[in-house]
Amino acid sequence: MGQVAAAPVGYTVKSEPHYTLYHPRWYRRRMSVWWWLHNRAYTFFVLREITSIFVAFASLLYLWQVRALLQGPQAYEGFLARLKTPLFLTLDTVALLFVLFHAITWFNLTPKAMVVRMGGRRVPDWAIIGVNYAAWIVLSGAVAFALLRG
Amino acid sequence: MASTVTLSVARYRPEKESEPTFQTYEIPFRKDWVVLDALNYVKDTMDGSLSYRWSCRMGVCGSCGMKVNGTPKLTCATFLSDYLPGPIRVEPLDNFPVVRDLVVDLTDFIRKLKQVKPWIVRKEEKPLAEGEYLQTPAELDAYKQFSMCINCMLCYSACPIYGLEPSFIGPAAIALAQRYNLDSRDQGASERLKLMSEDDGIWQCTFVGECTEVCPKHVDPAGAIQQYKLSGASQWVKSLLLPWGTR
Repeated sequence: MGQVAAAPVGYTVKSEPHYTLYHPRWYRRRMSVWWWLHNRAYTFFVLREITSIFVAFASLLYLWQVRALLQGPQAYEGFLARLKTPLFLTLDTVALLFVLFHAITWFNLTPKAMVVRMGGRRVPDWAIIGVNYAAWIVLSGAVAFALLRG
Repeated sequence: MASTVTLSVARYRPEKESEPTFQTYEIPFRKDWVVLDALNYVKDTMDGSLSYRWSCRMGVCGSCGMKVNGTPKLTCATFLSDYLPGPIRVEPLDNFPVVRDLVVDLTDFIRKLKQVKPWIVRKEEKPLAEGEYLQTPAELDAYKQFSMCINCMLCYSACPIYGLEPSFIGPAAIALAQRYNLDSRDQGASERLKLMSEDDGIWQCTFVGECTEVCPKHVDPAGAIQQYKLSGASQWVKSLLLPWGTR
């Protein structure tokens, strides 16, 4: 053989651009690998996608905690000791920031997916977002109350 | 105030170029001119070979969508005065093949639009004698926003998912499907959901949200897709819980 196929089968590369009436030679642009840097909204979007790794990390941490609890007091002590190492403190802080980032951006997006009608009118976006925040505060308060009381 | 402004316009002449180049035109600045007026001025007085689409020049026909300084815009509603001192860069919409200069080919969208059945689907038409299908103002209100789409394709140009996965049905077609799903006279939602639940349907959308940002008619395609996902998912849960019902 010794020949490298430079073009797909049935397509010949011409040195001169070729144009036939009614059979236009379209120009197709390929998206740059850096498309997400072209505009702030894209960058923000990709940031949200990438940082979901930290949200997954936070969930795994909870599962790990439950597992340690099930294994008895000694295992739980070991788990707590590990959490106090600088590596986990840093990871936890970063994860907390990104979990908050995700919670807030998702709360703000809920009215897009949920259209609630009351009395023939659409409930305004701020009310739907507000209900989310209110539920968040009430639930966090209940958890804090249960923990601090004990 | 500036008396002239520079337009930097993407040119692609397939008979002599293999890829687009930019050509600059120095045009008089008028504060009541939109980008489309400037292009018309160029075509009329400077360079008759410049190709672009336009028709109504009042934001109704959806023909004059182009990128102005990198953002998809209806050029009939984009004032030169917002881009001073210039130069103002005018390019064809992204994610579609360029036919010539600022003209892109929309065949892909037209094909997809047809797939979503953007018309009223009835299981059984009622006889003419029974009169028209009546609708209350609230029933009209349920879908009116999504019916404002003018197929200008700014949302497809802004959608990176469509750029990366050209088989994605895309924002406007899904918003129009939702427009008919929400219409009280329509009974085709389950037919449409079948197509929308496939690989190239609603679940391709990762909610970048730019389609809604660039939409000149405030259709909010991103909202339509997320609402579609919610109803699609609840339909799925219902079919799991009540396999005998809701068919």
